[in-house]
Amino acid sequence: MNIMKILETMDYGVAPENTDNAINWIKEHNKKFGLFIDGEFEQSKKAKYFYTFNPATGEKLAQITQANKTDVDKAVKAANKAQMSWAKLTGFHRAKYLYAIARLIQKHARLFAVLESLDNGKPIRESRDVDIPLVIRHFYHHAGWAQLMEEKLDDYQAIGVAGQIIPWNFPLLMMAWKIAPALAAGNTVVLKPAEYTSLTALLFAEICQQAGLPKGVVNIITGDGKTGAEIVNHPDVDKIAFTGSTDVGRLIRQQTAGTGKKLTLELGGKSAFIVFDDADVDSAIEGIIDAIWFNQGQVCCAGSRLLVQESIADRFHQKLKERMSKLRVGDPLDKSIDIGAIIDPSQHKRIEQLVKQGVEEGAELYQPDITLPECGCFYPPTLLTEVDTAHYVAQEEIFGPVLVSMTFRTPAEAVALANNTRYGLACSVWSENINLALDIAPKVIAGVVWINCTNQFDAAAGFGGKKESGFGREGGIEGMYAYLKPKVDATLKPSMPQKVFELKSKNSKAIVDRTPKFYIGGKQARPDGGYSQAVVSSKGELIAHIGQGNRKDVRNAVEAARKATAWTNTTAHNRAQVLYFIAENLSLRSAEFAKNIQSITGVTAKQAQQEVDASIERLFYYAAIADKFDGQVHTVPVRGVVLAMPEANGIMGIVCPDENPLLGFVSLMAATIAMGNRIVMIPSQNYGLTALEFYQILETSDVPAGVVNIITGDKNELARTLADHYEVESVWYFGDAEGSTMVEKASAANLKRTWVNYGKARDWFDNKQAQGKEFLNQATDIKNIWTPYGE
Amino acid sequence: MSKIKRNPGMPLNLDWVEGIQVNTSAVERRAKSYSGRRSIKKQHQAAWLLKALSCIDLTTLAGDDTINRVKRLCNKAKKPVRKDILEALGVEKLNITTGAVCVYHEMLEAASGFLKGTGVELAAVSTGFPAGLTPFDMRVEEIRRSVAAGASEIDIVISRRLVFAQDWQKLYDEVKQYREACGDAHLKTILATGELATFRNVAKASMVCMMAGADFIKTSTGKESVNATLPVSLVMVRQIREYYQRTGYKIGYKPAGGISTAKDSLLYLILMKEELGRDWLEPELFRFGASSLLGDIERQLEHHVTGKYSASFRHAMG
Repeated sequence: MNIMKILETMDYGVAPENTDNAINWIKEHNKKFGLFIDGEFEQSKKAKYFYTFNPATGEKLAQITQANKTDVDKAVKAANKAQMSWAKLTGFHRAKYLYAIARLIQKHARLFAVLESLDNGKPIRESRDVDIPLVIRHFYHHAGWAQLMEEKLDDYQAIGVAGQIIPWNFPLLMMAWKIAPALAAGNTVVLKPAEYTSLTALLFAEICQQAGLPKGVVNIITGDGKTGAEIVNHPDVDKIAFTGSTDVGRLIRQQTAGTGKKLTLELGGKSAFIVFDDADVDSAIEGIIDAIWFNQGQVCCAGSRLLVQESIADRFHQKLKERMSKLRVGDPLDKSIDIGAIIDPSQHKRIEQLVKQGVEEGAELYQPDITLPECGCFYPPTLLTEVDTAHYVAQEEIFGPVLVSMTFRTPAEAVALANNTRYGLACSVWSENINLALDIAPKVIAGVVWINCTNQFDAAAGFGGKKESGFGREGGIEGMYAYLKPKVDATLKPSMPQKVFELKSKNSKAIVDRTPKFYIGGKQARPDGGYSQAVVSSKGELIAHIGQGNRKDVRNAVEAARKATAWTNTTAHNRAQVLYFIAENLSLRSAEFAKNIQSITGVTAKQAQQEVDASIERLFYYAAIADKFDGQVHTVPVRGVVLAMPEANGIMGIVCPDENPLLGFVSLMAATIAMGNRIVMIPSQNYGLTALEFYQILETSDVPAGVVNIITGDKNELARTLADHYEVESVWYFGDAEGSTMVEKASAANLKRTWVNYGKARDWFDNKQAQGKEFLNQATDIKNIWTPYGE
Repeated sequence: MSKIKRNPGMPLNLDWVEGIQVNTSAVERRAKSYSGRRSIKKQHQAAWLLKALSCIDLTTLAGDDTINRVKRLCNKAKKPVRKDILEALGVEKLNITTGAVCVYHEMLEAASGFLKGTGVELAAVSTGFPAGLTPFDMRVEEIRRSVAAGASEIDIVISRRLVFAQDWQKLYDEVKQYREACGDAHLKTILATGELATFRNVAKASMVCMMAGADFIKTSTGKESVNATLPVSLVMVRQIREYYQRTGYKIGYKPAGGISTAKDSLLYLILMKEELGRDWLEPELFRFGASSLLGDIERQLEHHVTGKYSASFRHAMG
């Protein structure tokens, strides 16, 4: 085109990124890649291959190995062999390797970026300016964590071999999010990239070689879901970290149940993008561009649900439509492209179908009149208005460049709509009123909240979800915990079966009959089923009857806990006051509780008294720490603050240990309610009487109704109902191995967080294993609130 | 392109002004994105640089200005690029000039003679430039005298103190009178954004000036410590879009001061195209207030033609 002509049109023309180096790299490998195991690339003659494509052109880029069980086994063995010595290196030593990796990626940054865009279809702008810089930052940041482990995480140690399965939307970035913290903490890894996008992980393997990383510390295994399943189910893998779809995450939760594998899941989302009428509208619209038209909308935390205040909705939609018409869709390697190619034709088809369904359900479709390339896998930016909550497209993750829009009238309605989803990954809040924005942020159930910004990521800030968006965090100290276990866990012994005393005499010695009931919603409640079980003293006497709870009792208790939201929202100071008061009232009745413990467990009077005393002290401990378990302000590279706030899990089910009827019960109750949870407690099966007597203490200690609910009965049966319950956000289970497995498996229903003991006992008198950081971490979830500032 | 329908101004609407919100961090983020989102190479780059050149208000505003100095500048404005380069680019027939020459009142008469019949506009800074603190009636009179002396464009400075006082009515009244004094000459209102302290002030002042009848809104006098930046440009340009969407009138934009590289000039053109559209890539609606920018553009154009990096002494100085 000649210059005269261009001066008329003022078009951008094309600005193609040179792909020679990336193509040459592929050719150097004869367009065929083996597996990276134990520090070497392996290519077996019997290996099966599949093709990886450039989604923008459909052209075949290279052949990738489909790893089988033997390959996975070999990789896990190598990782296992390497792990002990890797963990034994000093933090400084591991830091040097991570630093070298960061530096090497930096030196080859453009090669990584081009290769990523070729294989994935994302615009070169994004791989060059977003993905790769974040990758480098992640390794730098975690070089620091390796170094600081001994100082900052002294009570924790590496888990072992981490099996890591990552998605295709941010191939190298997700790999960095997985590998950097794992290595920093002293784990070794077997990582499987998504089958659509293996190339940058394989290039990274070469970086590991160049960094002189010890053999076996990083192993890269390629293949499809079958290969992933081999990693998940491998007995010598100690930790699974998965990022991907909620369906697969659910499956992994079921498959790993009871194995003791630590699990973190980063799954789907349908994140809200809330625009209040006092927002900087033009900036909010740019926010939407970054929220849903970043990476073709193939982002788990994409702001895919626009919630805009009614008073500005029409103008907002109009402005948004105009802005959409400026988006350029096309060759991902053109530097002037906003939206690249959809990863695969199957995904394209799914997006098309969902949009069609949305329109059929009444949504109004807007797609700007812009040109798309004639071939390749492209989908235009799409806005669906007139969408309501009942529409399928308002509920389901589309995972494409499709935004659905709804309106709200009040801040409360905005929060209600934002939370009206099974997911809980992220949320953007746009308002120039700091009071409003900071009020909304804690109310939205999500792991990340962006105030007047969106899709901000940094290695120093945790990222991860709640509800069916998964659990665990990546980034920040909260992300390090995902690759660590408390040192004390290694010392735990198997739980011994509880002594059950035989009834020698059917005659009760009590003069007045004792009828401890359940404690639900601050009231004493009879068991729904109308059945009771006898409580027998160590001498074989009948002491009392306690209720046998059933599903409906659990339902009622959860219902009561749901209503007790004030407890979660009240100040930590208030919660501490209540815990102190509980301790005070228990102290008043100390002798009676000691006698009771002695009677039902058969311990000596002294031991029983010790248990009561320890319980009072534990209540004091959690009262003390209730207002001292502070969040953090993360140091991220923006002008602003990232508030890492520990938030209560919400409604929790607590299944108490068989050891120490009072102390076990009090330890778990105090830890969880101190952090603002509302709980349903299932006391140890045969010691339920102590727990039920305890509600008299609760009743006199200003514990609001519904905060603590107590049901006795068949422990595992009640635990199952809790683990199944869609509204229960977390379950702690201290019981036998089978029960642990059952709870983890059932938790897959809504992907609630679980903490189970796999049949191991704790010494509840030992503060190191019976209270402290791990309990508090398990009772809370970190929400990262990004708050840029500046006038 | 069609002639722009001139903004007649409108009654001051305080609801529009008070409703303006600007989030600084978000503005900065967007402003930073242009360089990553758009890239202009080869033929297109050459064409875009020619366009940038044609939008320059070639400026001299110094106490030591003389007639001869202004003459040299005017001749440069008429022939901004070496002939052989224009021929190599195939645009010699376009008779490319800069958008205007911008001077103090005292230089107008001479400049007007030098520029006669060239199509290069003649702009004068006015109203007690750069501080704008001379008596009001003298400021208005200064405009009249400059128009009479041949200025086709008047670059006024607003009273910054009225912005700090949020006295939009007074600001509106002042600018409206300036506009009346301009007659057919176009009114460019300089906000002195570097002194207005906040983007919110900049946005509100932009809107008030447009309501009062500004043909252009302009960032800076070039004398403030902070002059044109991409973020402040985005803030102003968004108000231009807002005014256009609400009234149908297209207002021009002039970033001034601190834009000295060809690369920067492309970023500003990209910003205009992305935020406002193709129409704002013409001197009728877009100007750079710059002096050294032209030299860098010439060097880049020569590089485009020869493939060799250029040197400033190979091009006529302005």
